[in-house]
Amino acid sequence: MSHRDAIDAIARPDRRGFLQGMVGAGAFLLGVRAGVIAAPEPQPGAADADADFSPNVWLAIDRDDTVKIIAHRSEMGTGIRTVLPLVVADELGCDRARVQVVQAIGDEKYGSQDTDGSRSIRRFYEPMRIAGATAALMLRRAAAAKWGVPVGETRVTDHRVEHPKSKRKASFGALAADAAKQPIPKADELEFRKPAERRFVGHDAPLEDIRGIVTGAAQFGGDVRRPGMRFAMVARPPVLGQRPKTVNDAAARKVKGVLDVIRVPPFEGVHAFQPLGGVAVIAEDTWSALQGRRMLEVTWSDSPHAALDDAALSDRLAKIVEAPGRVLRTRGDVDGALKGAAKTIEATYRTARLAHASMEPPVATAEWKGEACTVWAPTQNPQAARDEVARLCGIPKAAVTVNVTLLGGGFGRKSKPDFVAEAAWLARKVGAPVQVVWTREDDIRHDYYHAPAAVHLKAGLDAKQAPVAWLQRSAFPTITSTFAPGANQPSPMELGLGFTDVPWVVPHLRAEGGEVENHARIGWYRAVCNVWHAFAVHGFADELAHAAGADPVAFLRDLIGPKRLVDPTKEGCEYPNYGEPLAKYPIDTGRLRRALDAAADGIGWGRATPKGTGLGIAVHRSFLTYVAAACEVEVSREGAVRIPRFVIAADCGLAVNPDRVRAQMEGSVVFGVSLALHSAVTFTGGQAGQSNFHDYRVARLTDAPNAIDVRLVGDGENLPTGVGEPGVPPVAPAIANAIFAATGKRVRELPLTGADLSWS
Amino acid sequence: MPQLDVNGKAIPIDDLDPSMPLLWFLRDHAGTTGVKFGCGLAQCGCCTVHLGGRAVRSCVTPISAAMGQKVVTIEGLSKDGDHPLQKAWVAAGVPQCGYCQAGQIMSAAALLAENKAPNDGQIDAAMSGNLCRCGTYPRIRAAIKAAAKEMG
Repeated sequence: MSHRDAIDAIARPDRRGFLQGMVGAGAFLLGVRAGVIAAPEPQPGAADADADFSPNVWLAIDRDDTVKIIAHRSEMGTGIRTVLPLVVADELGCDRARVQVVQAIGDEKYGSQDTDGSRSIRRFYEPMRIAGATAALMLRRAAAAKWGVPVGETRVTDHRVEHPKSKRKASFGALAADAAKQPIPKADELEFRKPAERRFVGHDAPLEDIRGIVTGAAQFGGDVRRPGMRFAMVARPPVLGQRPKTVNDAAARKVKGVLDVIRVPPFEGVHAFQPLGGVAVIAEDTWSALQGRRMLEVTWSDSPHAALDDAALSDRLAKIVEAPGRVLRTRGDVDGALKGAAKTIEATYRTARLAHASMEPPVATAEWKGEACTVWAPTQNPQAARDEVARLCGIPKAAVTVNVTLLGGGFGRKSKPDFVAEAAWLARKVGAPVQVVWTREDDIRHDYYHAPAAVHLKAGLDAKQAPVAWLQRSAFPTITSTFAPGANQPSPMELGLGFTDVPWVVPHLRAEGGEVENHARIGWYRAVCNVWHAFAVHGFADELAHAAGADPVAFLRDLIGPKRLVDPTKEGCEYPNYGEPLAKYPIDTGRLRRALDAAADGIGWGRATPKGTGLGIAVHRSFLTYVAAACEVEVSREGAVRIPRFVIAADCGLAVNPDRVRAQMEGSVVFGVSLALHSAVTFTGGQAGQSNFHDYRVARLTDAPNAIDVRLVGDGENLPTGVGEPGVPPVAPAIANAIFAATGKRVRELPLTGADLSWS
Repeated sequence: MPQLDVNGKAIPIDDLDPSMPLLWFLRDHAGTTGVKFGCGLAQCGCCTVHLGGRAVRSCVTPISAAMGQKVVTIEGLSKDGDHPLQKAWVAAGVPQCGYCQAGQIMSAAALLAENKAPNDGQIDAAMSGNLCRCGTYPRIRAAIKAAAKEMG
């Protein structure tokens, strides 16, 4: 969004009373509205609130000098609740000690609050700057009028307006009332700080909530306490779509502390964001609810999803991608080039179903006053939570207030508000505030899973060992099926996640997609389809390099080719580009190459390693950010994998808070290590076979690389892009490629728990 | 009347089920919600507290086993949040989402109380029971070493 788009939409808040309720009796209130997003990101079933003209940021200045800035995105560990308010504070010239961050309730007037897709910085950096710069100019105009000096001679700094010539100063609080009477500035009147003048943007800044986190005072979802609150545990159907057939709750009701047992209605139609239904035990405390639930005897009805078997599904996906599919993107004549190639290789890659397993399982608290419901929840998407509560309870949206607590991790799971609606429904039924607590077992058995996938690749080399043809096919259950019953075709959005946007310069290239139906809840997971697409594409690129007898980095440089902008839409492809125009955020092979070279340099590419030690590398653009991952892996003779070192080279344009960018990249490495080495959910008979961290394994401290060296290689002049997800995709292929270098064994399936990596 | 010593305060147990895990007593009855639930099976360490000075997983420690011993939670680790580990955690910017960090800090505090200068292997042994899905492990290691240095 340009400055003009946003500033044209600036308007005085028309619902001042509401605003004052949110931020207190500010003397000066300002709203900035999000402009129209040129290409709304299509998300099945989810309205894209970015596309309307609702306001997305508010700030208020109190007479006591407190600047209140609303954080409207959810804090799940990226630091966004810290970073976006500091963008406002920087333009405004605030003293951070006098800034109070106020977490927004769910409301369309903030624009999209769906904190996923690595979009918060990308979409709200500019509006936040404008909000700050607008307020700054209005304060300066108020001061200039008061002092009878030209506005141009004033400046905002240290939480006040100054006129250096006359040495006059006035605090924001003292000017607030007058500033509120100033007209809203026009777009071309705004002045923005130059990079050298910024005190927050581009600098490391500690988390807003750091002190609360290290002292235990920070409020996460389960920490909400309401007078008279009850605790609930729900026995949910083991298989999607089952309903309780018989319920014997006699023993459960006898458990001390158990107050009631309530049937929760099943979802209707397609499951979408609806609660799963089941049987709820209401108790005085969490332990009693848990004990009561253990004593329930429930039998369940049949379900059309009871035949789901992930081993069979994985084989089926592999079969699908090994046969021709629907053509998604085509360049040249792949079949002819493969026929004429001096050498061809092909391989099928597979990845497992995954559970998000954020450290905080889903939890939500709800309270009713008459026909109005207030909820407190660690939700990534408070507006969707509000919609689902209103729909399920049959009340107007205006009667639902969604408060967002800190999230103990999200990774996409908490974009789905089923658990929030469950709490709201139960609280009304119980007639008292209710907190629904999910156990780890509930979380892993009833997730919106990262789908299992298969990708097949085939490539040809010419007589000079140069790649001439590249064919790739992908198949996986589509997230669309979460909203549209029977959907079996991956959407262009999903296929655009690291697949149809493959940047290789190879002269003949084709991408195809397969179809498969879905029988479990699936959903977005950190980096989504990029996880399997990057694993396959970059693993296979390494295979091809070895087939060509080439150094993998040199080969990758050739595959990436000369600096240019790649446009998949010119090759028959519907490519959403993460909801942004390619003209604004192109696929720039120069940036890919720069990241690749930095990571190769960082890991010491080309140095000799003993047998059992290997280097691996991958470079991938996702969510408009470019990330190269390089690692050193040690494989014992028995086949045990240790990863002492990772280097990440990331280009996210301007790094708004470099320390948090580094933290996201470090975390992405560990997240990638989990899914590469350990994690899998396997369904049999329609039920998840895993339940807790003993059988759904994630990386421990001892699995994490001791050294994760993050290099920010972006150009500060480029628009800032997100960093929550794009660090993840290149990690697993870098590990697999390093394992090949160490042992000569090629990993084509994740997690690699089943692979024999021993060597002698 | 039976009671538990939580952060130096006597909290009545009344007639609660003695098999209730300390975790749920602390969260639902003692008001110390800094103690977090993560797994209920001693697999993740989110619920780590000190019992008689030792780090325990409160999710598998029944309140009956805690009787007569001092329970210290993250809220009671220091008076003003100024334990060297808390300061090191802030300085190193360890937390991302923050949910597991109370448990991490309590495990690390028990380690440093016993061993003023732990080496990498000792840190691994003390901390490998504490999961972090955000992946803050490298900074956890660094912060423990920094705190150990300060405590000297």
